[in-house]
Order: sequence, then structure tokens, then C-alpha cells
Amino acid sequence: MYEGKTYSNKQINDDLLSSLTKSSLVYWAIVGTLGLIVLVATVAVAFMINKGLGVTGLNRPVMWGFFITNFVFWIGISHAGVMLSAILRLSKAEWRRPATRAAEVLTIFSLMTAVLMPLIHSGRPWRLVYWVMFPYDFQRGIWMDIRSPLVWDPAAVNTYLTSSILFVFVALIPDIAIIRDRSSGIKKIVYSVLSLGWRGTTRQWKFQAIAGILLSALILPVFVSVHSIVSWDFGMAIAVKSWHSTIFAPYFVIGAVHSGVSGVVSVMILMRWLFGWQNYVRHEHIDALGRLLLVIAIAWFYFLLMEFMFGIYGQEGDELATRHMQLLEPPWMWFFIVFIITAFLFPVPMWLFRRVRRNLWLMLITTISVNIGMWLERLLIIVPGLARKQVFTGTWYTYAPSIIEITIIGGTFAMVLMLFLLFAKIFPLIPLFDIKEGQVLQDKIKVGKAEIPAVIREE
Amino acid sequence: MAKQHKWGMVVDIDRCIGCQACVIACQSENNVPINEEVDFLSRRAKQWIRIDRFWEGEYPNVKARFIPVFCQHCDNAPCEPVCPTYATYHNDQGLNVQVYNRCVGTRYCANNCPYQVRFFNFFNPSWPESLWNQLNPDVTVRSRGIMEKCTFCVQRIRRAERLIEGQKGEELTDQKIKDGNFMPACVNACPTDTLVFGDLNDETSEVVRKSKSDRSYRLFAELGTEPSVFYLKKVDPAAKSH
Repeated sequence: MYEGKTYSNKQINDDLLSSLTKSSLVYWAIVGTLGLIVLVATVAVAFMINKGLGVTGLNRPVMWGFFITNFVFWIGISHAGVMLSAILRLSKAEWRRPATRAAEVLTIFSLMTAVLMPLIHSGRPWRLVYWVMFPYDFQRGIWMDIRSPLVWDPAAVNTYLTSSILFVFVALIPDIAIIRDRSSGIKKIVYSVLSLGWRGTTRQWKFQAIAGILLSALILPVFVSVHSIVSWDFGMAIAVKSWHSTIFAPYFVIGAVHSGVSGVVSVMILMRWLFGWQNYVRHEHIDALGRLLLVIAIAWFYFLLMEFMFGIYGQEGDELATRHMQLLEPPWMWFFIVFIITAFLFPVPMWLFRRVRRNLWLMLITTISVNIGMWLERLLIIVPGLARKQVFTGTWYTYAPSIIEITIIGGTFAMVLMLFLLFAKIFPLIPLFDIKEGQVLQDKIKVGKAEIPAVIREE
Repeated sequence: MAKQHKWGMVVDIDRCIGCQACVIACQSENNVPINEEVDFLSRRAKQWIRIDRFWEGEYPNVKARFIPVFCQHCDNAPCEPVCPTYATYHNDQGLNVQVYNRCVGTRYCANNCPYQVRFFNFFNPSWPESLWNQLNPDVTVRSRGIMEKCTFCVQRIRRAERLIEGQKGEELTDQKIKDGNFMPACVNACPTDTLVFGDLNDETSEVVRKSKSDRSYRLFAELGTEPSVFYLKKVDPAAKSH
């Protein structure tokens, strides 16, 4: 439903580019604080690389802990970009317009952060960095082993990162051209180069539109494959029975969309408040996203139940011990209770009500709650699975993160938010041309005597 | 051309008394750092061979059961395909080999090992100065950030090949390994002959004979890992014959 007022093009430009020109004290205070947290986390990473991974809480059964949890979490958040942009663009949902850019940018920055996690988590990151950049080791004369899920994983993530950057860039070109026309000096030169000679001719618009649709369609398989492959990092492990599950790929993908779309809603509400975009991020958009979330959350919950059912149905010792640890042993059982409440039982019934979906405060709280829950979900999959690996009961153990790990995890959250806010200083977070297009193309449907703006455009 | 070997081990649980001599022998042969209390408490102790103890029965008839567990050198090893850098691979002698300088420390192999016999160097290892001359020059001291595990004392196998197959030009038989003291350190140290090492391709060897015993089984055989280590189950006189 189109509930906003119609503005002139100049008004839209002025409003949406305000984040580039004006900057409030609040903005710099937030960015500064986040930067400080990132700095502290960087020091923690340096300390860890200097001393060795012994400064973490990892131990012999639990070789992967907080870092891998965080890796899966950020990969999950990154799924929102394509979910919203590509699928909604292809399905011509009108309400996507203010959300797409924010979602795509969140995708890029969370992917970048996610990629950092396995790098610093390896024993010898200086050697892993080499392998990530080049697939052949000249000194040792070996290729990488393509049987390993740890080779599929960076391949998938890097493909996703490259295509999302292209996706964002194609959508940015017309907006960059507007900034170019409004700036001067060195800025003008930089934006001129970035706008690739955009003059707004019909031919250019045609190419831009085709590129956008093509990329949307091509990126969809990547979107499904990335989290499937991330899930196979776990699914391929035959020794860890609760990981070795065929349901993991769809379960992880839908879980990623659940947390990713929630992340986008949180960010949109914060952005609306910080930059004063009340006329662009409107209640109707959040309402539509809330309905989408409702569907996703219920689908995800089905997979969660199935995962537990398959696990318990087998009646195997180590699998049962894992479930026992997840559900009945403190502190993991407290994590489980918090997880199930924050990820499903609290937010999802709330979203059933239109009033809640149109209340920004409640939507902010529920979507942040989903992401707290989804972070814990990944932790509950990774750690108890390893801690109760196989039936050698003497090697069973638990895991507690060290202060170093917690600092670094906090740093990643600060980093994504900081990069997001800094992006807003350089490029508009809401696509200008898309909003204008939406105003031009708005359809009206006749229902009886009344005329109602259409949500989906028909051609 | 020298005969193709396939090294294997037989562990006779009936003979194991849990004395830990193999653990100590392995530690000094393979430059495994000294485990202190804190290492055990944080579950980071390195024991390439460990004795797992299980209690059996109800009080007062409680019995301690011991089982030595070390790298099973699986023919179908789960740790191998998950390594992105070929740091762990299978060589042509049936050994699961760990190449330290290739390892980047993803620890995926450790996660994927059902026997929990892979050890990560969380810190650089250290020894008191008095023990510096004790280190074995044939074995690499592993730096931090890489995985390590039982090698079946590959340095001793190589020495046997060099001396017997290379210099003398003779065939390396089971008897020559025993006579020349080329067996892994744990096998040498075992006072009860629980551990038997040998060539599974040599039909006359003791490992082949023992591995065909009707007490023989392999750990987690249901996972399809095809270990090269055979366990002989405990002889229980009280048990009824089937």
C-alpha cells in the first residue's frame, strides 16, 4: 500500500542525500564509540595471533567455538540482502524500494566480517591468508584439496561477496551520478569515476535495468548455495553425530533468512530514526516485512522441530547425550530456553498483530530479539555437538569462551554497524531512483468505489 | 622393488594393565611436551596414545577396564578429506600422515576424528632446560597453531627401511623389525605385549595372525573408517559361551 506523500524529485534528493551532507553529533558519537570497540577488538586479535589460540577457551573436544558461531551468524545476516533485493525485485513487490539498498549493504559488510572469523580462528592465519588468495603452494608443490568443505566454503562466500558488491554497485550508479552533479572538487572527480559516465540516457537506463534483473536472477542460486555450503562444513563431519545431518542445508538457509530479514528491519528502523527518513521508511514497509518474517519464522521452526526429531529418533548414545546437553544441562539449557523464547515464542506471536507490525518500537525489539536467539542457536548446534562427540565419555567436556573471544565477537558487531554508518556518509542508504520510480509507477486498484494503491505492480 | 608395506597394530585388551608406560614412551620418543595439571584441567593435554579407563559392574564387584586409544590410521580416514591443504593424507604404506609444514590449523580434522586422537598446539611447546638434550632429533618439534597425532613412529620405520632395505638390500620382514628394535616406542615399552606392531601385508606376521582372531574388532567400525588397528576383546571367564 502506498501511504506516503508524493514529493518532487529535488525534495527526494535533498532528503535522502542528507546523510552525506549533514552529520549530527549523535552520528559521530555513535561512529566514534563503535570505532573504539573495533580498535579494542583488533588489539585482542593481535594479542591472540601473537600468543597462540591458547588464549581462547577452546579445548580438545570443542575445537570450534565462538568464532565459528559468529561466522555462521554473520553469513546468516548476509542472506537478507539477496532475499529482499533479488527476490522482491523479481517479484515486483513495491514495498521493497526503501529496503533494498540497506539490505544489500548489510550483506556486504556482514559477509566481510564473517570471512574474518575463520581466518583469525585458524592456527596459522598467515599461511591461511596465502591459501585464500591463491590455490597453489609453490614451495610445497600442492594444490588445495577440493574434497574439503573448507575449500567449498570460501569459494561460495567469495562468489557471494563479489556478486553482492556488483549488485549494489549497479544499483548505485544513477545515485552516484546525482551526487557527482551536486559535489565539487576532489569529490566530484571520485564520484565521476564511480558513476561510469552516467548521463541518464534511455540506453543507459535500459542497461542498468537489465543488469539489475540479470544479477538478481543469477545471484539467487548463489544465495541458496552459500549457506548450504556453510552448513556442509558441519554436515560433512561424520564423527560429530548431531552435525552429520541431511537436513542442515535447508535448515541453515531458512534460519539465515530468518535472522537476516530481522537484521534488516532493525537496521531500517534505526536508520529512519538516525537520519530522519520518516517519509521514506514508513509503517507500511515494516508491516510488509513483518508479514514476510512471520512466514519465514514458521518455516524455520518446522525445520528446527524436524532437526530435533531426527536427532532423538535415532536413539544413539552420543546424539542423545548432545540433546541432553542442549536441553537439560546448565548453562546450555538456559541458553536453549533463551534461544527458543527470543527466536520464536516471543516475536512470532507478536507479529501476528497488525498493531505490533506497525509499531516501530515493538518491531525493533522483536527483530533484535530474533537475532539474539539465532546467535544462540548456532552456538547450541556447534558446541554441544562437539562436546559430546562419540561415545568416548572420558573425552566429553564443555566450553566457556575467554574474555579475548568475547571482545572479538563484540568487535564484529561494532564493525558491521560502523561500516554501515560510514557507508551512509559516502553513498545514500535508500536508492533515490528507486523511490522516484515507485512514485511514477504507483498503481491504483479499484475496490468498489474506492481507489487503493497496489502493493504489487502488474504489467 | 621393495615389498609394499601396510603397517598396522593389534591391541590385546585382555593384556592391558593400564600402566601408562606406552604413554610415557611415546611422549619421550616423539617430543610431546610435558602435560601439567593445568593442561589436563583445560583439556588441552597432548597424549598421542592415551589409556581410557572405564568402570564396569556394580559395587562391590567393580572392575577397571583399560583401552589404549591412539590414531587408528584409518584406510578411509574422516580427517583426510576435510583438510583443505593436504596436511593430513594417506601414504602408500597405510599410514595416515601429518605434514606439519602444510598445516594451517583449521582443526577440522580434529572435529572429524571419532577417536579424538588429534592434538592441537594451542601454544608453542616448552621444556625445562634440563630436558633440552632429551629431545629426539629425528622428530620435529611442533610449533603453535598446528595439529599433531600418532605417526606409528614413522621415523623408526624409515630408519628400518634405510638400514635393511636400503643398505643391506634385504626384505623388511616382521622378524627383522622386531630384532632391529624398529617398533614404535609404545610397543617397545609395553610390559605385557598388549601392543603388537607389524606389516598387515605380510601373511606370516603376528599382527595378521592376531587380527584374524575371533576376539578381534575395530573401534567404531560402523562409521566405515576402516582402521588399521585391531582390538582383541577381553576374555571373560565368567561369560557363557554363545
